[in-house]
Amino acid sequence: MIRIDRGGLDALFQALKNRGFEIVGPRLRDAAIVYDRLDSTADLPVGWTDRQERGSYHLRRRSDEALFGYAVGPHSWKKYLLPPLACLWRARRDENGVEFFSEEPRPEKLALIGVRSCEIHAIAIQDKVLMGGKVVDPIYAAQRENLFIIAVQCAEAGGTCFCVSMKTGPKATFGFDIALTEVLNGEGHYFTAEGGTPCGEEVLLSIPCRDADSAEREAAERVVERTARQMGRAMDSTGIKELLYGNLEHPRWDDVAARCLACGNCTMVCPTCFCTNVQEVSDLKAEETALQRRWDSCFTMDFSFIHGGSVRSSHKARFRQWMTHKLATWIDQFGTSGCVGCGRCITWCPVGIDLTEEVRAIRAPDPERGP
Amino acid sequence: MNLLVPTTAEIVEKRQETRQIYTFRLRLRDEALRRSFQFQPGQFNMVYAFGAGEVPISIVSDPADPQLLDHTIRVVGEVTGALGRLREGDVVGLRGPFGSAWPLQEARGKDVIVVTGGLGCAPVVSAINYVVKRRADFGTLQILHGVRTPKDLLYHSRFRAWRRIPNTQVHLTADQPDPTWRHSVGVVTNLFTRIRIDAHNSLVLMCGPDIMMHYAVRDLLSRGMPAQRIYLSLERNMKCAVALCGHCQFGPTFLCKDGPVFRYDLIKLWFQTREI
Repeated sequence: MIRIDRGGLDALFQALKNRGFEIVGPRLRDAAIVYDRLDSTADLPVGWTDRQERGSYHLRRRSDEALFGYAVGPHSWKKYLLPPLACLWRARRDENGVEFFSEEPRPEKLALIGVRSCEIHAIAIQDKVLMGGKVVDPIYAAQRENLFIIAVQCAEAGGTCFCVSMKTGPKATFGFDIALTEVLNGEGHYFTAEGGTPCGEEVLLSIPCRDADSAEREAAERVVERTARQMGRAMDSTGIKELLYGNLEHPRWDDVAARCLACGNCTMVCPTCFCTNVQEVSDLKAEETALQRRWDSCFTMDFSFIHGGSVRSSHKARFRQWMTHKLATWIDQFGTSGCVGCGRCITWCPVGIDLTEEVRAIRAPDPERGP
Repeated sequence: MNLLVPTTAEIVEKRQETRQIYTFRLRLRDEALRRSFQFQPGQFNMVYAFGAGEVPISIVSDPADPQLLDHTIRVVGEVTGALGRLREGDVVGLRGPFGSAWPLQEARGKDVIVVTGGLGCAPVVSAINYVVKRRADFGTLQILHGVRTPKDLLYHSRFRAWRRIPNTQVHLTADQPDPTWRHSVGVVTNLFTRIRIDAHNSLVLMCGPDIMMHYAVRDLLSRGMPAQRIYLSLERNMKCAVALCGHCQFGPTFLCKDGPVFRYDLIKLWFQTREI
């Protein structure tokens, strides 16, 4: 493990640029911390943090100049790996008929900075969904190969975080090229760093740094330990598949359906939700058309539409689909939960529906049925 | 074949089956693809109409002749509407085949009971023809098909031809008959009283509206048919056909990959729950 001082982070940015990477990471926009292009460390949300609760997100000034002193915002890295809008193929019509042209993926060399442990788990889950089956998503796979991932160990748990109970954090243990821990204490402001890949090691060696001493290592350990104790929420996922499979007609689904607006916010902010739709975009002469893929949500009526109507026409059915997929059927499909405990769906739900609370309610013994 | 991007197919023949239903005979333009194309009864292709989009359509022709692919399409929406306007000689896009197949190996030596409703007869045609061509390998073939009105009956000549096959019965019924209707009246489950169900040595192939299959399964189970020998072909919204878009999920399954043909006992929980 090495130690980088605050200025060393600028050197890290430069080292990545020198290797041809565009840097993307957290920055302030529209009163939230989102993921976007970064030129320098000054673009990071320096000295900012957030307060998150069900249905609520607010930025606050910190008393220090921390670069990563906040939890995850409404964006997730899937916007780079599974772009919200992408062309799959084009078709051209002439007197001889129709010809099809596949669209080659155009990945960018991206360095993601500030990737949290829950997000690394989310990427690993999407890897299984989009690259683990018989047919691989070529756009996702191409971008996946062109990533440099800089994890940041969480120093602040959000009010809606529950990664500890999902065993997905707060400490990033795999899936990164470099992992940073930001330390702010009486000794100053510095980072400890470890390489996760030969490529990450090589980048670290190219910037000003020295081996971390034992006090610095301990300070870094204490950062994640403290975060683990700050979790805003917890979800008991013991036997969750059997629990939900056994309760497809639980009265709680009607209760949540009365609150859910079916707006789809949860699916947009979720780092693992992968559903997409396609649309034809044609030129004005109707000679050339492109098949575009865009993010979709299982909360829309169109999502399950077949001739005659939507299969899931009630809010109850759509919320049940989302939650049982995320927490239960996902396990049968991909051998893992679809939830990483990042808390985004709770924060960004306009009516404050809390996944952890819904699971608790279904788990609770039915008062009418007795214990 | 690239399973993500369609390839050009020509409409060799377009046959009108009913007012709204057409059977298109398609032929892939690319010779190498045409020669290598293989499918099993029950599988489907994604058929694309230029500028409109793709729809999943089961292949109704004979798997022994995969150079000509028949697809029966009902004009109900934008894409099928665009397909319905195409003529012989026009081209469509095609990719496939996708999905699971009818359990025809398992059916060998057994009686085969086919229960279909409406356009649900299309996904089973290929399986019926498979049995008919290898008639001695199977027991009794009993085909039960229900339509709403006599006008909705398609494949007249096929049903007539199957009647003449040895050890084969065809039972048709209409919910709302007209004076010309010579067959049974009522829902398809009424036909169960007219057939012989050897619960120990039969296999059921079923396709139709969910509600029809719901009652048909219930009746068959009550007549002693084991759940693991009832196979259903389901329909759901589908976009990618390669288990990436999420649309065709049915409980823990993806219809495009694990279905559309399912063994009933394996999907019972989901099939019995409304709005899955």
